[in-house]
Amino acid sequence: MALQTARPPILRPAATRAPAVIRVRGLVVGFEARTVLDGLDLDVRQGEVLGFVGPSGSGKSVLTRAVLGLLPKQAGTIEVFGLDLDALTIEGRRAVERRWGVLFQFGALFSSLTVKQNVQMPMREHLDLSPGLMEDLARLKIEMVGLKPEVADLYPSELSGGMIKRAALARALSLDPEILFLDEPTSGLDPIGAAEFDELIATLQKTLGLTVFMVTHDLDSLHAICDRVAALGDKRILAAGTMDEMLSADHPWLRAYFHGKRGRAAVGVA
Amino acid sequence: MAEAPSFAVDWQGEDALIVRLTGAWTAAGGRLVEEEAGTIAREALGARRVVVELGGIERLDTLGAWVLERMRHTLDDRGVATDLRNAKPEQRILLDEVAYRYIQPSPPTKRSSPMDAVVSLGRVISGASRDLATGTGFLGEIVAAFIRVIAHPSRFRMTTLVHQIDHIALRGLPIIALISFLVGMIVTQQGIFQLQRFGATPFAVNLAGILVLRELGVLLTSIMVAGRSGSAFTAEIGSMKMREEIDALRVMGLDPIEVLVVPRMIALIIALPLLTFLADIAALFGAGVVSLLYGGISPETFLIRVQGAISLSTFLVGIIKAPFMALVIGVIACVEGLAVQGSAESLGRQVTASVVKAIFMVIVVDGFFAIFFAAIRY
Repeated sequence: MALQTARPPILRPAATRAPAVIRVRGLVVGFEARTVLDGLDLDVRQGEVLGFVGPSGSGKSVLTRAVLGLLPKQAGTIEVFGLDLDALTIEGRRAVERRWGVLFQFGALFSSLTVKQNVQMPMREHLDLSPGLMEDLARLKIEMVGLKPEVADLYPSELSGGMIKRAALARALSLDPEILFLDEPTSGLDPIGAAEFDELIATLQKTLGLTVFMVTHDLDSLHAICDRVAALGDKRILAAGTMDEMLSADHPWLRAYFHGKRGRAAVGVA
Repeated sequence: MAEAPSFAVDWQGEDALIVRLTGAWTAAGGRLVEEEAGTIAREALGARRVVVELGGIERLDTLGAWVLERMRHTLDDRGVATDLRNAKPEQRILLDEVAYRYIQPSPPTKRSSPMDAVVSLGRVISGASRDLATGTGFLGEIVAAFIRVIAHPSRFRMTTLVHQIDHIALRGLPIIALISFLVGMIVTQQGIFQLQRFGATPFAVNLAGILVLRELGVLLTSIMVAGRSGSAFTAEIGSMKMREEIDALRVMGLDPIEVLVVPRMIALIIALPLLTFLADIAALFGAGVVSLLYGGISPETFLIRVQGAISLSTFLVGIIKAPFMALVIGVIACVEGLAVQGSAESLGRQVTASVVKAIFMVIVVDGFFAIFFAAIRY
């Protein structure tokens, strides 16, 4: 907990002063007898890209799912946009959900709908738009994530892994969210595809002014686009800070992670 | 909550116009944003130069940026020079991005015409004839694989065969016997009611005996097997296809038809006649029970009447059809299973298609047999 005290990130001074859009305090999540997260504190500040690392099974997905409300928590508070999620009415909760977008690890595109219909789905449910405008907007989003216009009418089963990620990103962005959750966005992509995807996220983040919460194992992604990195371990945040701070941290797992062979290679490239 | 999108118009002389936008130009007020932009466009058509002041906009998102950019394009095309000015830096980035990605507004969607119905009917018919061709081709492949297995008996998968027979016959027996029992009862009951009027109640036994042995036993069994085992075959083979397991078999030098299809086909061909026989007995038993309850026919009389009404040939007419039904069900189930594409959607679609086609074909084949037996007076 002491390690989590926010040190100022160097990359983007604006982010330091920015208020926290996600504020997690004393979060406890567990399954039956096993506690996965115990008294976890975390701040995600407005406009930053927070990369989230940790050993497999350390509860990265559990944390994401708990923040999104997909998993019940035993204790603690989660505030998003300054609103305590537990204190919200159902309508209030829906309003918050409209302001975030989620990219699931395997895309979670609806397989019975085309890419365009997938992107339009949230608009159809939440917005009052004319059919023509909805059509244009969906095609614009598909264009923005770097997919060709023809892809709009394909079904998810006809897409490659990289295209699925992009299409899912277009859907996550369909309501112009303020927070974007990414679960392993570059997993399963080739290094060039992964680098392009990183760049895409960075561009969209600047264009749309997004706050990005990204679970990743990709050290290159961490270097390329993250303003801050938080490491999860021992059921809480081991350390959070800029990449440079993480590199100088002396926790054994962090040393192994960032100074291993792959870690050094990534630093060299960046 | 931010204010609704709105604008103020300021004419600068005859042909120049300044439009000042205020409020939130976001997706939340989608329809309103579009209407306001439309109003501005109509208003501005009278001008030669339009300056749109964005300084007063509280919030702008992709939708707002797109609508403004589209408005600018439309006006430019009509010869009205339009300028979007004084955007905040972050709004500028968004506008530039949208302008860079500018896509032509979508054309109105095509209306459906009566011809579409004819086209889709044509598709269905050509699809059906294609199915017949694939089915026949596949049957040939199975026979070829079967001959290969006979040539190398060691390659035959006994375990799979036994497992499949267990699933098709043993586990399917209770439900098939129950259904046949009930249908036997129902047919006999109606027979008794209708024939009573002519004082011919005992003939209900003849009716039930012949109907059950010639048609109902094998038909009910085939339909149940198509529903139970045909769907299972399609689902098993389909999910293996989906997860590239079929390809894995191929690259190991194994023939998927030999490994997966042949044992299933043989199991079906063995199991279906057995099940038909048991279904016949269950249906006759049902007929006997109802004859006693509704017709007052004692079990002894019932058996004597049944013996008088049917001969071995009546039984054989039914049972000879069973292996053919098995072939039809098996071929359709395996073809549909192998036709599964990447998605779980497609798996569900193929399983449904497999069951529907198999039941349809079972009834069609039964009809052909009826014509055939009538022609040879059997």
